[in-house]
Amino acid sequence: MSVEPVLSVHDVVKSFGAEQVLRGVSLEVPEHTVTVLIGASGSGKSTLLRCVNLLTPVDDGVIRLDGWDITDPEVDPDQVRRQIGMVFQSFNLFPHLSVLDNITLSPRKVHKADRAQAEAAGLELLARFGLADKARQYPDRLSGGQQQRVAIVRSLAVAPRLMLMDEVTSALDPVLVNEVLATVRDLKAEGMTMVIATHEMGFAAQVADEVCFLESGTIRERGAPEQVLHDPQEPATRDFLRRVHEAGRL
Amino acid sequence: MSRPAPGPGTPRPPSAEELRRRGVRRRQARKRAAIAATSSVLVLGALVAVVVTSPGWPVVQQTFFDLAYGREVLPKVFDGLLLNIRLTIVASVSIAILGMALALARTSTAPALAPMRILATGYVDLFRGVPTLLVILLIGFGVPALGLAGVTSSVVILGTTAVVLTYSAYVAEVLRSGILSVHPSQGAAARSLGLSAGQTLRYVILPQGVRRVVPPLLNDFVSLLKDTGLISVLGVVDAIRAAQIESSKTFNYTPYVVAAALFLLLTIPLTRVTDRFMLRSIQRQNAQVGG
Repeated sequence: MSVEPVLSVHDVVKSFGAEQVLRGVSLEVPEHTVTVLIGASGSGKSTLLRCVNLLTPVDDGVIRLDGWDITDPEVDPDQVRRQIGMVFQSFNLFPHLSVLDNITLSPRKVHKADRAQAEAAGLELLARFGLADKARQYPDRLSGGQQQRVAIVRSLAVAPRLMLMDEVTSALDPVLVNEVLATVRDLKAEGMTMVIATHEMGFAAQVADEVCFLESGTIRERGAPEQVLHDPQEPATRDFLRRVHEAGRL
Repeated sequence: MSRPAPGPGTPRPPSAEELRRRGVRRRQARKRAAIAATSSVLVLGALVAVVVTSPGWPVVQQTFFDLAYGREVLPKVFDGLLLNIRLTIVASVSIAILGMALALARTSTAPALAPMRILATGYVDLFRGVPTLLVILLIGFGVPALGLAGVTSSVVILGTTAVVLTYSAYVAEVLRSGILSVHPSQGAAARSLGLSAGQTLRYVILPQGVRRVVPPLLNDFVSLLKDTGLISVLGVVDAIRAAQIESSKTFNYTPYVVAAALFLLLTIPLTRVTDRFMLRSIQRQNAQVGG
């Protein structure tokens, strides 16, 4: 019996108006593995993640979560999202709630945990990521790196099957990037299944089990990180990596 | 030039140059305060002098600022003002509820709520477009004329209803602008945490959106307090009507001035509170942009 992948994306198509953003993308993410999506801005990485989280409906193709067809219109999107954590480029913490309330909102309101229980679990998570002293603060008092780590903890608080990370370091200065990447590496070490869109190639090489290079809405090349990042077969991949290298990001 | 490097936490003593600059700043501040005080006294004094020395002033003083008469009518006007306050409290609660319902209906996207959206939009167009005084007259005199069984003919209730109907339209628009000002990424973050559309609205969108429009809402509250006086056209004895009754007995307008002073006593503190809220919310938003 073959093991069902946590996420399976099959031939997904998505257009915004006349612009085709995804042109038949397929992807399988087995449990406890990390798939990293690389590619220029506008190549479809973010759209793919938003499709998986049903924030954006697909035009065609099938997405399965643990074998469950979540692109079926009968499926309740809230049920799907409860099993998927998503972290955004712009953090998107709730500014009117303290760090702890940000983290316990979904456990309390969606998963119906009582406040004391949710807060104890939240504090434990914060402590694990070195943020225990920030629990009572409001997001605008935190550095960008701390805000993003809180956003990651917030997604973890509902014990997701799958984590989606959409360029989580793109809004941070280089020093803060590292603390966020260290957090993601910790998650990888704990066996979290993740799909990560990033421009940090060094980081991709460290955490990825598989790297997919997207261009114009298709996966042009995929494989082990050392192969895709260091010995790319496709001219398009080589060209992209050369430009990234010139920009000093590799 | 061998100042010992102070450790973290021990504030460095200011340099001689900084002490000199502070002295200059203090002198500048004193000079500015003196200029402001002098010009205020001159301008206000000139205004008072123009009014007091005008040829008609003795008559005006007698008919508008008769202190003894003012003291005599104060209790009656004050009783009227209590009605204005009570109506304001009842009306503001009703307006908050109806205004929020309208705002939610107008910002809803669910297809099942399409008729609500259309009705709410029509409602807002109608009641924002018709002068408040006309709504009060139409409802205050029109509804009793219908002779419907079970419907009150109390002008206080009908007049307040008219004010509530009008103000709900304004408040709904203010609330709607607050709801729409919350960035869509906040909604996306909430939905991706598994919150339903309703939960997202209640726990994420509304708390942020409503907080942003507190200053304009307080503004509307101040003007509601004054506009409850409009229902005096229906014969309700509020502060304005009480003043009118008193002044018609003697053809002295002091009671109106008393009513105006009483309204000011209420609205000026409220306005100050509004200003402070507005300043604080601007500062907070700037802090968020900066952070």
